[in-house]
Amino acid sequence: MGAFTITELVDTLRESAGEDEDITLDGDILTVTFEDLGYDSLALLNTVSRIERELGVRLPDGAITEANTPAELLDAVNNTLAETV
Amino acid sequence: MSVSPAHHANRTEADLRVAPVITGLGVLAANGIGVEEYWAAVLSGESGLAEITRFDPAGYSAKLAGQVDADFSALPNRLMPQTDHMTRLALLAAAEAFEDADVDPHQLPEYAAGVITGASAGGFEFGQRELEALWSKGGEYVSAYQSFAWFYPVNSGQISIRHALRGASGTVVAEQAGGLDALGKARRNIRTGTDLMVAGAVDGSLCPWGWLCQIRSGRLTDATDPAAAFLPFDRRAAGHVPGEGGALLIMEHPEHVARRGVDPVHEVHGVLAGHSATFDPAPGSDAPSGLRRAIEQALRDAGISPREVDVVFADGAGVPHLDAAEATAIAEVFGPRGVPVTVPKTMTGRLLAGGGPLDVATALLSIRDGVIPPTVNIERPAGHPIDLVRDTPRETPLTTALVLARGHGGFNSAVVVRRAA
Repeated sequence: MGAFTITELVDTLRESAGEDEDITLDGDILTVTFEDLGYDSLALLNTVSRIERELGVRLPDGAITEANTPAELLDAVNNTLAETV
Repeated sequence: MSVSPAHHANRTEADLRVAPVITGLGVLAANGIGVEEYWAAVLSGESGLAEITRFDPAGYSAKLAGQVDADFSALPNRLMPQTDHMTRLALLAAAEAFEDADVDPHQLPEYAAGVITGASAGGFEFGQRELEALWSKGGEYVSAYQSFAWFYPVNSGQISIRHALRGASGTVVAEQAGGLDALGKARRNIRTGTDLMVAGAVDGSLCPWGWLCQIRSGRLTDATDPAAAFLPFDRRAAGHVPGEGGALLIMEHPEHVARRGVDPVHEVHGVLAGHSATFDPAPGSDAPSGLRRAIEQALRDAGISPREVDVVFADGAGVPHLDAAEATAIAEVFGPRGVPVTVPKTMTGRLLAGGGPLDVATALLSIRDGVIPPTVNIERPAGHPIDLVRDTPRETPLTTALVLARGHGGFNSAVVVRRAA
């Protein structure tokens, strides 16, 4: 299985938590905080549970609260994927 | 900003008796989305009742409903994964009401505005989908938004968040009477310190789970002809057709209306002059139903006599013994055929908590235009001593309307609205 990419993350965010009309997710958002992207903790919970389901992995407790940006969440997901292999 | 939420300490004795002004209306029903579309449909006797298409009703005894299929593209995309159909409808109604009142709640002091909605169940369609995911696939397939999206006060919560309403807020549950009680509770909040309230109810749960719950009440008709299905005060009455939708009102302290430069007489819909809620006696008791008491107390609360009421919007259960009880209560207070009575919900179905506030909105439009909307499809009146406005609208000057609602389990509620003066 390849690495989980920002494109896949943005798709999952859109499906699980919608998209703020005033914020574009298409640019370079890797280091923009989820808060600035319009996503609260419940939106992230919904998104992460969808990622876990689709990839068949389980992120460690605290992964959601510790990941403040897409880059940090991608790291958490990909580290877990690497450990699972 | 530091604002004490307990600014009701500044309220005077006069505030505790003040009649709130209704400055905005937001309406959705099966025969019209938005105030003017709905009102035009009601005056032309246009019904929205039809066979359910939201799901396949083939396996159920009841097949008709007043379904509201609205365009939700005006709502923020971010809210779509976290809202049930009825919450989306409520958000549309709240936005229309604010626009109609021409007020931006984001510009008000932090605790100056609140929201009270009536509810009967909650977001059942959302809840059913997630519970199906839980038992068929497992907990990891359940949306995190299930935590609140199916919860009965969810409409108050989402309206509060979207419009920054941080003043005294809540939800009232009294089955089909709850929407009127929400207006009564909002009035109390205005009297004790919240300048502006969003109040009313938008309800509905057209999904197999919600449908089964409603059928179990024993009060739904099995009829399949939409024009001969929901027939309150008709000899053929055999239950009601449920619908979805309702109305949300903007209610304000009259001084708040004046402060923001709105003429509290000529630029508003009217005033909430009276409200009362009662319970019926226990089943098997010989004591009379609580409806008459609710009517009398609401009139007393409004400081008016029965003679001053120009029209009654009846609950209109469409169940023979309930129709008889309501007709009796109305005739006892107003005299036989003493006041025009109408049931426009024959065109929308009974909207759970949403029905009462929709009737209040309709009553205010009736007062505005001097016309009583009709009760449709009543071809064989059951002979009750009431002056039922049938088939076509009746034009007549109107100042005061009484709206009645009853909820399964013994709830009665009555509201008096008047032209602002």
